[in-house]
Amino acid sequence: MRNTWIIFRRELRSYFSSPLAYAVMAGFLLIAGFFFYAILTSFLNTALRSEMQAQYYRMAPPPINVNLMALRPFFHNLAVVLIFTVPLITMRLYAEEFRNGTIELLMTSPVRNWETVLGKALAAFVLYASLIAGTLVYAAILFLSGKPEPGQIITSYIGLLLLGGAFVAVGIFLSTLTENQIVAGFLTIILLLLFWVVGWADEFAGPGVGSVLAYVSLLSHFDEFAKGVIDLKDVVLYLSFIGFFLFLTHLSLESKRWRTR
Amino acid sequence: MIDISHLTKVYGTKTAVQDITFSVGRGEILGFLGPNAAGKTTTMRILTCFMPATSGRASIAGFDVFGQSMEVRRRIGYLPENPPLYSEMTVEKYLAFVGGIKGMDPRLLKTRVPEVMERTSIRTEAGRIIKHLSKGYRQRVGIAQALIHNPEVLILDEPTVGLDPKQIIEVRELIRGLGGDHTIILSTHILPEVSMTCSRVIIINEGRIVASDTTENLTRRLRGSDNLYVEVEGPEESVETRIRALGGVTAVSRRKTEKRRGNGYLIETEIGVDVRRDLAALVVGQGWGLLEMRPVGMSLEEVFLHLTTREEEVPA
Repeated sequence: MRNTWIIFRRELRSYFSSPLAYAVMAGFLLIAGFFFYAILTSFLNTALRSEMQAQYYRMAPPPINVNLMALRPFFHNLAVVLIFTVPLITMRLYAEEFRNGTIELLMTSPVRNWETVLGKALAAFVLYASLIAGTLVYAAILFLSGKPEPGQIITSYIGLLLLGGAFVAVGIFLSTLTENQIVAGFLTIILLLLFWVVGWADEFAGPGVGSVLAYVSLLSHFDEFAKGVIDLKDVVLYLSFIGFFLFLTHLSLESKRWRTR
Repeated sequence: MIDISHLTKVYGTKTAVQDITFSVGRGEILGFLGPNAAGKTTTMRILTCFMPATSGRASIAGFDVFGQSMEVRRRIGYLPENPPLYSEMTVEKYLAFVGGIKGMDPRLLKTRVPEVMERTSIRTEAGRIIKHLSKGYRQRVGIAQALIHNPEVLILDEPTVGLDPKQIIEVRELIRGLGGDHTIILSTHILPEVSMTCSRVIIINEGRIVASDTTENLTRRLRGSDNLYVEVEGPEESVETRIRALGGVTAVSRRKTEKRRGNGYLIETEIGVDVRRDLAALVVGQGWGLLEMRPVGMSLEEVFLHLTTREEEVPA
């Protein structure tokens, strides 16, 4: 565990000593801010219109829910943006070690592969979490000017953390396959997109296959959290997904040992 | 301290290292000499647990590099061909990190990092970012990281590559100073380096050991096959065949002359046989002209070329 901690600290420091972390954060918050503004504006328009209609017909105003009508689509958009953001964080994790030859230092030190995998994954996850934490500002704005339901916001953030963990696990695995960061990042984006769109196959694949595909779609599970529902089966899916890919990362590193030139 | 027996490493269809056996005693400095792609790096990578051998065994301090890898890793400091540096870190932080993953106590590191920087004369660069260091300083940071946890065994892959002559001398002195406390294997393709720093040499070529001895013995042994350089004026072909026919001569090869009339020949003879008298008689008898005759000693350079180009003639 001590080794994991040492690797984690170095990795995190390295993120913040390069412009990458700042660029990713700035870009992500910019686009998240745009979505928040756009979705909130359209929500307010809808709210205003339905209130006017209610007054016109002299009826009680229809129930309007900021959580479900503004926040849920906002979080869903965030999740899609993250498909393109997380790979930028994870692509260097191992690819850079291979390119610089520092992998020789790690693999000849008394550190086990899974210890470095955990340290690196944690560092990427912490950077991801701080990225997500930046969006808490938008939730705060809602609390200042309205009465949103805190429960759904909390479950959405739990969902985002689990989703991000799964993305990081995929990214770190693909980063062990090549010494080229760009290739690692690109492959991660493709694979994450696939894990999103397989859910759509539900509609055209046969009933058996379709439901399996829908089950592994990472984003459809996230939608449950965005609705304010925490279901054990979703949590289990994310956690086993993370565990599976971290294990693959470990295996990939072990097998490297047998074929390195 | 280091024991290697019948080590073989095969990559696909290519054999990088074939049936290598040697051992290094405590405190010894072993020079690992060979042309590029001879198998030096492969052997070192197996010793440092970076990759497993195809067959054969290797152990360090009694621990098997494959079966007890963690024990071995704790005891070795390794400088790969390219120093494994994190370019965005400062020298000081980097060394502390390496010390950390080698399992050092953080409190111990506070005194050990400056100590190692002092020893490798990079103290002045402590706070600089590695990216901004010159090649020479990077190489020394690489050596410093290998030393940080005061390992029993040091494995240095071409430690003086990319340094200027003054730095090379400094690094060689540093390595020599480390012998005794540490057991060291260093690889190089620069010969003087071996004669200056190592107590023993292993010459490796195409994955096999072609010679293994102390530095002096190796030079002496090969000088033993007394070489003779002669310049003879006469028909080239028949001169060569007649010389070869002399008793005690093992090989004759033509050499470029220094712009005189005759042709130059390098004659190798059996140890202890002096053919000069017979040779002179032969030349005079044939009516050729003897323009020059002098004994030639072999430098380590020649020994090396000799061994790596015609290995089968020299018993390992």
